[in-house]
Amino acid sequence: MTRTEGTYKAQAAAAGKRDAAKQRERTKMVPVVTDSIIPERDAGQTILECRHLGIDFGGLHAVEDFNLTVGKTEIAGLIGPNGAGKTTVFNLLTKVYAPTRGTILLDGMDTANMTTDQVSQAGIARTFQNIRLFDTLTVEENVRIGLHNQVKCGMWSGIFRLPRYWLSEKEFHDRSLELLDVFNMADNAGDIAGSLPYGAQRRLEIVRALATSPKLLLLDEPAAGMNPSETAELMEIIRKIRDEFKIAIMLIEHDMDLVMGVCEGIAVLNFGRIIAKGTPDQIQANPQVIEAYLGTQETDDATVRGGR
Amino acid sequence: MEKFKSLPAATRSTIITYAMVVIAFLIMQGLLSVGAVSNSTQGLLVPICAYICMAISLNLVVGISGELSLGHAGFMSVGAFTGVVVSTALAGSGTSGPVRLLVAIFAAGVSAAIAGLLIGIPVMRLRGDYLAIVTLAFGEIIKNLLNNLYVGLDVRGLHFSMSDAASLGMAEGGKVVINGPQGAVGIDMISSFTAGFLLILFTLFVVLNLVNSRSGRAIMAVRDNRIAAESVGINTTKYRLMAFVVSAALAGMAGALYAMNYSAIVPKKFDFNTSILVLVFVVLGGMGNIRGGIISATLLTVLPEKLRFIGDFRMLIYAIVLIAVMLVSNNRALMERLHGLAGRFRKKGRAPSPAVASKDGGDLS
Repeated sequence: MTRTEGTYKAQAAAAGKRDAAKQRERTKMVPVVTDSIIPERDAGQTILECRHLGIDFGGLHAVEDFNLTVGKTEIAGLIGPNGAGKTTVFNLLTKVYAPTRGTILLDGMDTANMTTDQVSQAGIARTFQNIRLFDTLTVEENVRIGLHNQVKCGMWSGIFRLPRYWLSEKEFHDRSLELLDVFNMADNAGDIAGSLPYGAQRRLEIVRALATSPKLLLLDEPAAGMNPSETAELMEIIRKIRDEFKIAIMLIEHDMDLVMGVCEGIAVLNFGRIIAKGTPDQIQANPQVIEAYLGTQETDDATVRGGR
Repeated sequence: MEKFKSLPAATRSTIITYAMVVIAFLIMQGLLSVGAVSNSTQGLLVPICAYICMAISLNLVVGISGELSLGHAGFMSVGAFTGVVVSTALAGSGTSGPVRLLVAIFAAGVSAAIAGLLIGIPVMRLRGDYLAIVTLAFGEIIKNLLNNLYVGLDVRGLHFSMSDAASLGMAEGGKVVINGPQGAVGIDMISSFTAGFLLILFTLFVVLNLVNSRSGRAIMAVRDNRIAAESVGINTTKYRLMAFVVSAALAGMAGALYAMNYSAIVPKKFDFNTSILVLVFVVLGGMGNIRGGIISATLLTVLPEKLRFIGDFRMLIYAIVLIAVMLVSNNRALMERLHGLAGRFRKKGRAPSPAVASKDGGDLS
C-alpha cells in the first residue's frame, strides 16, 4: 500500500514540477524581437529583463504585456500620461505588488518568489514619487539605514557593545559620509531629514537608495517640484551616478527637458501598455506618442479606438 | 563641560539619562540613611523601580517600534511567576538572596521572551489598531492561564497542573508555590531598592544600546516609513518582532523584581488596568522619550499614595493631574515661556538640569 501511494505521490509531484516548468517556459520563452531600447549599448548585457509582465486590479489590467530590457549601464526613461501605470511598473519591479503574470529577471535571476526587502538585497533600489524618508532621524542615520545590508552587526553585538559593534559603527559612519560627500551633503549629516529643504530631501532619498549598492536604480519623478536650475543639477547628478557607480538607472518623469536630456532610451506607457520605445529623437517624432499626450482630432476617434 | 557639549546629541542624551537615574538613587539612599523616608514611601521604592523598567521596556514597542501594545502586563506576570517559582526552588539550595534574585530575574526574562516570541509571531502579521486589540486579548489569555496554573515543589522537584492543587500529586511536606487564582503565597521577599536600581540600569543599557545600533535604526526605520524600510532591504517583520521580544523579556524581569517585593501576589494584579497604567507612563512621558517615561512612572506611582489622605477623591485628582499635564505639554505658548525661564536660569551660570533638557520631547532616550 505504502509503495503504490508513494509512487503516486512522486508522480503527482513530478507532474506539478513539470507544470510549473511549463508555465515558466510559457512566460519566458515566447520569442520577443528585441526589447532593449538601444540594443547597441552594453552589447546585449542586460541588468533587467521584463517578460510579459502584467498585473490586474479587479478587472482592470493596470499593466499588460510589459516587455523591456535595460542594459547594465543604461539610463532608461519611462514616460506616459497620468495614470498610465508607470509607478505600478516600479511597484511590480520592487515587489510592492506581486505581478499577476510574467517574469522579471534581474541580472539573469528570477525574482518571482522574492519579497520587497529581498529584491532590494538582490540589487534594485528606488526612490518614491512622494518622498519617503525616515523623517525623525538624521541625514546620516537615513544613509546608515540604507547601508543596512552592506554592514552587518547583530542584535547581541549591538546591545552588549561587542567589538563587532564598534567596527560596524565606524564603517557605517565612514561609508555614509563618503556617500553624502559625493552629493555635497556631508555638512548636513547631523540634520533631521524631515527638516531639509525639498530638493535636498530628494537628493537624500537618492543617496539612501545608492547606499544599498544597487545594480539598478529606479527614480520615480525625481524632478517633481524642482525649478529649472535644480532640474539641470539633477541631470548632472543622474549622469554622475551612472558614470561613478556604473549602474543602470530607470526613471519616471514628466519633465520632458530632463527625460530628453538625460535618457538614452525611452519607453512610453499608455493604459498599461508600452506604445513606443526608442531614442529621445525617435520618441519625439512618434505620432502615437504625440497622440497619447495631446489626444487626437475628433474625426479620427473611430480609428483610434480600433487601434487600441 | 565643553567636552560634554561636543559629544553627539544621542550620546549626550544617553549620559544625561544614566546620570539622572544614578543621582536619584544616591539622593534616595542618602535620605534613607538619615531616616527621612516614611515607611509607606519605603514600600513604594521597589514598585517604582519595577514600573520604571516597565515604562522603559514598553517604550521600546510603543515609542521606538511604533506599535501599540495593550498586553504588556501579561509579560510582567509571566516573569513574576517564573521568578517566584525559580527563587522558591533555589531557596533550599543554600544560595544567598542576591544570587537567587539574579537567577530568578534572568529566568523570568527568558520565559517572558519565549512568551513574547510565541505571541509575537502571529501578532506581528497585524498592524495598528488590530495589533493593539490582539495584544490586549493575549494579555487577558495569559492572566487566565495563570489563574488556572498550579505549581508545587517537593523533594522530587517541581509539579505542574492546570486543574487544582490536589492533582499536583506531591510527596509529604510538599509546598504549593502557585495556587491558581490565589496566586503565589509565602514568597521570599528578596527584592531590594538596590536590585531595582541595578535592574533599571540594565534595562536602560539594553534599550539605549539597541536603539543606537544597526538593529535599532532598522526598528525606527520601520516605524517612520515601512515601505521605505522594505525598499532599502529591511525585513520589517523581523525587526518589529525583535523589539517586541526584547521588550517582553525586560517586562518579565521587571515582573520578577515586583513579585519578590511582596509575600503574596495574585495573577489578577497583572490585568488590563496594569497594561494601561504602564501605557499612560509612556504616553505621558512622551512616546520614544525614555527619560520622560522614567519621570512619569515615578510621579504617577507616588501620586496615588501621597493622595491617600483625601480618600476616594484621589483618583479624581489623579485624573485631573493627567489631563493637566497633557494639556500643558501640548500648549506651545506655555512651553515656550517655560523654556524662556529655563534659559534665564541657565545664563546665571547654573548647569542645565536634566528635566529642562528633556523638555525638548521626542528625542530618543
